[in-house]
Amino acid sequence: MSLADAVAPPRPKTGLVGRFPVLAVLEYHLVAYRRTWRSGAFSSFLLPLLTVVGFGVGVGAYVDAGVGGVPYLDFIVPGLIASTALQIAVGESTWPVLRNFEWVKIYFGQAATPLRAADIVGGHLAFVLFRVLTSSLAFLLVAGLFGTLHSAWALATPLLVLLIAISVAAPVFAFSSAVRSDNYVAMLFRFAVIPMTLFAGVFFPVESLPVVLRWLAYVSPLWHGVDLCRAATLGLAPAWSVPGHLLYLAAWGFVGWLLARSQFRRRLVI
Amino acid sequence: MDVSDQAVRVDAVASDTVLIQARGLVKRFGDFTAVDGIDVDVRAGEAFGFLGPNGAGKSSTMRMIGCVSPPTGGELQIMGMDPRRDGPAIRARLGVCPQSDNLDPELTVQENLTTYARYFGIPRRVARERAAELLNFVQLAERAGSRVEPLSGGMKRRVTIARALVNEPDIVLLDEPTTGLDPQARHLVWERLFRLKQQGVTLVLTTHYMDEAEQLCDRLVVMDGGRIVAEGAPRTLIERYSTREVVELRFAADNQEDFAGKLVGLGERIEVLPDRVLLYVGDGDAAVSAVHARALTPASVLVRRSSLEDVFLHLTGRTLVD
Ligand SMILES: Nc1ncnc2c1ncn2[C@@H]1O[C@H](COP(=O)(O)OP(=O)(O)OP(=O)(O)O)[C@@H](O)[C@H]1O
Ligand SMILES: [Mg+2]
Repeated sequence: MSLADAVAPPRPKTGLVGRFPVLAVLEYHLVAYRRTWRSGAFSSFLLPLLTVVGFGVGVGAYVDAGVGGVPYLDFIVPGLIASTALQIAVGESTWPVLRNFEWVKIYFGQAATPLRAADIVGGHLAFVLFRVLTSSLAFLLVAGLFGTLHSAWALATPLLVLLIAISVAAPVFAFSSAVRSDNYVAMLFRFAVIPMTLFAGVFFPVESLPVVLRWLAYVSPLWHGVDLCRAATLGLAPAWSVPGHLLYLAAWGFVGWLLARSQFRRRLVI
Repeated sequence: MDVSDQAVRVDAVASDTVLIQARGLVKRFGDFTAVDGIDVDVRAGEAFGFLGPNGAGKSSTMRMIGCVSPPTGGELQIMGMDPRRDGPAIRARLGVCPQSDNLDPELTVQENLTTYARYFGIPRRVARERAAELLNFVQLAERAGSRVEPLSGGMKRRVTIARALVNEPDIVLLDEPTTGLDPQARHLVWERLFRLKQQGVTLVLTTHYMDEAEQLCDRLVVMDGGRIVAEGAPRTLIERYSTREVVELRFAADNQEDFAGKLVGLGERIEVLPDRVLLYVGDGDAAVSAVHARALTPASVLVRRSSLEDVFLHLTGRTLVD
């Protein structure tokens, strides 16, 4: 018996999934999400509703002057859209990644199949984008109902939100695949996510910050996302150049992707 | 099954086509050498075993064969391909049952199989059909819709084995397929694996149970400390390295060593373990009479057939299971 008789011939790669195995990974995450999406869908409407009412309407009542002539509610809604994208992107790129390496070891099961590290990272990242996108659409809908969208450019917000998501999710994937315990996740939230949310222009313009903090805000991806989203929903010129913002966020995403892929390889191929 | 019978079966099933060939295969983790230059040939259609104690390097070897761990040195060819270059193509033809289950506990049994099938580019409909067949095969059809989490260890193991077969692999790698299972579950797994073998699937498995190796393997290697210390069919190994029968004597004393001296000459070989003394003999009952004739009164006496455990003890001076 020759080798050719002993081994079945390679199967032709058919279908989308056969050609792009990354889609099979995305499909797995979607199947897993199907178990929880109902409660998730509910909170993705509830959360924006509560924040819009709480911050915009409640706090806004005390900020009569608005910000630079823009009513406070209208000012913070695009910021909240961007910061919600950040929260979800980071949340979905931390514990689930740790789970798949440390607690349930899903990634190791995937690595034993024809999938490559890039498919495994890519499929999971695509799912994170899906989560961020669907939640932001809900937020956008609520924002629209409150009459806070003032420009047709608001239609570009979902794309901006995707860019924000990839700019944080990719580097956070690299982070989460490099650490072994969720203590580090708590630190990431404490020292990066919360400060960014507070100081990157979501609730007040960064110009009110002392110079050092202002520069930290400029470095953070969130400020770029907030500035873009605000320009889109208000129809005003952003504080910095649009291509500059887009390229800066894309650079975070691209470098993050390279780091995440190589870190996944290091963990999965030992 | 007697010895000659088994030999005939081996010839009939295994061919001379080598599917897995390792030469001087080495795996190092930093300074530590986990696999220290092993030579292995696995032929199409055979069931091949790696037998060895904890830390022998069995899983490290399996992971290299599974193309998820690049060899540090030596040569490895799988189905004529090079794992360093053709990893995805080789993995497409392998079924892997890892040492610890990595099923998704939140998904149902069936979803675990169908989502996994998709990684191989198998169409959704085919994946569903195959999942149903395989769950039948491992006798879990009625649990297809239940979540994995509450299943018993034995059931999870069977799901993992079913999952390993979802791509109709040419070679199935099973790392300790029955560790932690109760005897009944273990027998069910053995029986299913035996059926796979009859269908011509090449099985490569690791174990530290000698009965498992004896039951399932046509050929095996005994590993210790990253090296191969013996190689052959289970019966051949037992014949070569052990006697036909073994008498296990337990003396009611702290130190079994004290009695070893009084047993000299009663067997071909004497092994003193912390809790018992083993006499390697041709005729166990005759040896027991001889022990009593020397006015020795062991607390317990057991006469049994020689096993791979004895082979291992003979080769390494240690027992296989801790
Ligand atoms: N990723 C790793 N990094 C460092 N050392 C490792 C790694 N994987 C395995 N080892 C070491 O290599 C040796 C062989 O391990 P391996 O898992 O191959 O043994 P094994 O024969 O499968 O043992 P067991 O029966 O316990 O599963 C062990 O000493 C182990 O600690
Ligand atoms: Mg092992």
